[in-house]
Amino acid sequence: MEVSQYLNMFIEESKDNLQRLNENLLKLENNPDDIQILNEIFRVAHTLKGMAGTMGFVRMQKLTHNIENVLSDIRSGSIKINSDMVDTLFMCLDALENYVEEIVNTSSEGTDDHNDLIENLAEIIKSKGEVTHTETPVVDQETKEEKTAGNLIELPDTQKLVKNNAIEMGMNVFQIKVDLSPNCVLKSARAFVIFTDLERFGEIIHCIPSTQDIEDEKFENDFTVVVVTKEIKEKLEQVIMSVSEVEGVTIEAFAKDHDAKIEEVALKKEEQAEAHPTASVTPANSETNNSSNNKQVSNKTVRVNIDRLDTLMNLVSELIIVKTQLEGLNVTSQDANTNYNDSVEYLERVTTNLHDAVMKVRMVPVEIVFNRFPRMIRDISRKLGKDIDLVMSGEETELDRTVIDEIGDPLIHLLRNAADHGLETIEERATIGKPRKGTIKLQAYQDGNSVVIEVEDDGKGINVQAIKNKAVQKGTITKEEADAMNEQEALDLLFRPSFSTAEKISDLSGRGVGLDVVKSKITELGGHVEVQTELGKGSKFIVRLPLTLAIIQALMISIGDEKYAIPLSNIQNIEDVRKEDIKLVQNQEVIMVRNEIIPIVRLHSVLGLPEQEDKDLMMGVIVKKGERQVGFIIDSLIGQQEIVIKSLGKYLSGIDIIAGATILGNGEVALILDINSLI
Amino acid sequence: MENTVDSMTQYIVFRLDEQSYGIDIQNVQTIERMKAVMRVPKAPYCVKGVMNLRGEIIPVVSLRDQFGLEKIDYTDKTRIIIVKIEDAMVGIIVDEVKEVIEIEETEVENVQNIQGKIKTSHILGVGKVVDNIVTLLNLPNIIEEAFDN
Repeated sequence: MEVSQYLNMFIEESKDNLQRLNENLLKLENNPDDIQILNEIFRVAHTLKGMAGTMGFVRMQKLTHNIENVLSDIRSGSIKINSDMVDTLFMCLDALENYVEEIVNTSSEGTDDHNDLIENLAEIIKSKGEVTHTETPVVDQETKEEKTAGNLIELPDTQKLVKNNAIEMGMNVFQIKVDLSPNCVLKSARAFVIFTDLERFGEIIHCIPSTQDIEDEKFENDFTVVVVTKEIKEKLEQVIMSVSEVEGVTIEAFAKDHDAKIEEVALKKEEQAEAHPTASVTPANSETNNSSNNKQVSNKTVRVNIDRLDTLMNLVSELIIVKTQLEGLNVTSQDANTNYNDSVEYLERVTTNLHDAVMKVRMVPVEIVFNRFPRMIRDISRKLGKDIDLVMSGEETELDRTVIDEIGDPLIHLLRNAADHGLETIEERATIGKPRKGTIKLQAYQDGNSVVIEVEDDGKGINVQAIKNKAVQKGTITKEEADAMNEQEALDLLFRPSFSTAEKISDLSGRGVGLDVVKSKITELGGHVEVQTELGKGSKFIVRLPLTLAIIQALMISIGDEKYAIPLSNIQNIEDVRKEDIKLVQNQEVIMVRNEIIPIVRLHSVLGLPEQEDKDLMMGVIVKKGERQVGFIIDSLIGQQEIVIKSLGKYLSGIDIIAGATILGNGEVALILDINSLI
Repeated sequence: MENTVDSMTQYIVFRLDEQSYGIDIQNVQTIERMKAVMRVPKAPYCVKGVMNLRGEIIPVVSLRDQFGLEKIDYTDKTRIIIVKIEDAMVGIIVDEVKEVIEIEETEVENVQNIQGKIKTSHILGVGKVVDNIVTLLNLPNIIEEAFDN
């Protein structure tokens, strides 16, 4: 079988499935009696095993199989779930993740059998319940499937209702399990044919796996449907068996009381596949493909909603229309100019939309990053002996794929800090009258052109004075500087590199471990991080990230004879500033705008240009960062423009007031001001 | 490019004032005529700014400034040599690019004690070609120092 071309798909899906296992296992730990969750886990594990088997990853298959054994005993009630067991299962999931990682890197699953884990799993089965599966692993797969085949599936409540109504009305409700031949190539196509055939005779009310999964070919060789029909089961059987590459059909009837199975028929069609030529679809050159595909494994992919792709398609069609318009432009005619302008305007609109659409395609929900945190917090809380509740919200907030890839580590860092240093121990919390259970809130939301992610804990907070003292002691700042600092400035000290190495800081404030790493990562992504804290009440780290990286709307300004770009998302408004409006407050020039005092920055001097005499009327661009506002005095406005951000390269990366450069239409270079470091 | 003799190295020879300098051709990407260079605020002294080279932003260093030579106007012989060092491109402004020469390693003299305006860490050695003496430059050191100031 031509396996390598499915490898990417396998990796993506295995990661998804492992993630789902992680999530559901967590849920299961909290609701050990919820049979729905257990079923879901079982189903996902089964899929994972099947996929690993199909791809020839024997070790992965074996481990999953052993996990399945334990799960099956849990389901049958012979084992009760406890935390240690969940720990073992989580370790198994980690091992599976390692397999997948190994496959990503080398296209092979490696040589680690994880026998210790398999033994642990066997131990669980032996010690906590009767041994139900003593057969050697993997081999008993068939036996078990036979067993499950004998059971009627659990229907969701709505379908149960439909089923009961149908039976009352004298219809038959059948559960049909279809086995496809193992070398069937177009499984979803076969399934589709069967679905259509069945729909001629009745209504399909439920199927396992879901229709979506079947369409995506996310199933092994069998699937199960529940059909409401007037026909008798022999008729249906005949219909299904007439579809090629069907190896067997098992039809069972539902009774109104859903547990009672009325009858069961099993049929086997022997060696059906041979009679049909479909098997020859497998191309002869599969060997060569195998070897050449090895390197593609680690391609980055984005799953895209089909609607978004449709939008893209539409926009491209519009582009083609504009092209035709321009082609058909009669240069000699009188309205050539008007038509030309119309077309260009149209083109502009289409390209803007196209840009938006492409950007949206690159957007993925932060959920992808967030969903591994509950598991992490669980592990941490067990390790630290703290009771921690992780409350997440805004998982659907979308960010650019490149940002998503990078934001995981900084967030892990912040969450660990919150759990480890932020939250008090259970005893401490009890003595000061806080609830036993510490809460960490992780929330994401969109704010203008940026996405904000907050990590908030209700722990002991940060002692600002202690930070100042420490900084003075370490020589980072002088005593005078420390006294002049306000709270925010003092908190910013936490993000200085010199603080991260100091272990003692955690005795004082409980913070400062590697926060500079967090900051530099986030700055690299074009975002910034700040912290708010209240002693005794907790602290909040606020990470602000740009929605997209590559292309932004910017206001072009000129200062002297140089052109600069200010990201539009930073700009609040533009004001005329009269010379006499500029006042001095504590040696800082300020202006009053609508009753707000705004400090001003003269870009000439910041950018190292010769200072100028104040004109009577100057132009001020009011920019904001979070709550803070600053007015920039500039020479003139050029206008709004969409610009592509380019990096200045590693040699000039140390210049903090410049975020990058962009190339203007005429080939000139304009620099982009980094508002965060100018405020 | 194919060197038959291992010890032969090709150098691009350029001029600053009346002096000839050589840089290893392996480091050189292209040679461009003088272009608009956008000044970058707060950049080190000898970094003139950034230029647009076919859609890429490249920092530009003036060797004259770095070697402490007096400032002169650009002429139509002024060139920007685009060099690539550890995957990063940098442009260096020189008075004129003259030729490509091959120098055998044995022809390169180690000069630790030449006194002059250029630091010894910037120099690999001095090569003798026919009637001329070419100062061979240690480009990675020069570039690193240009951005360190």
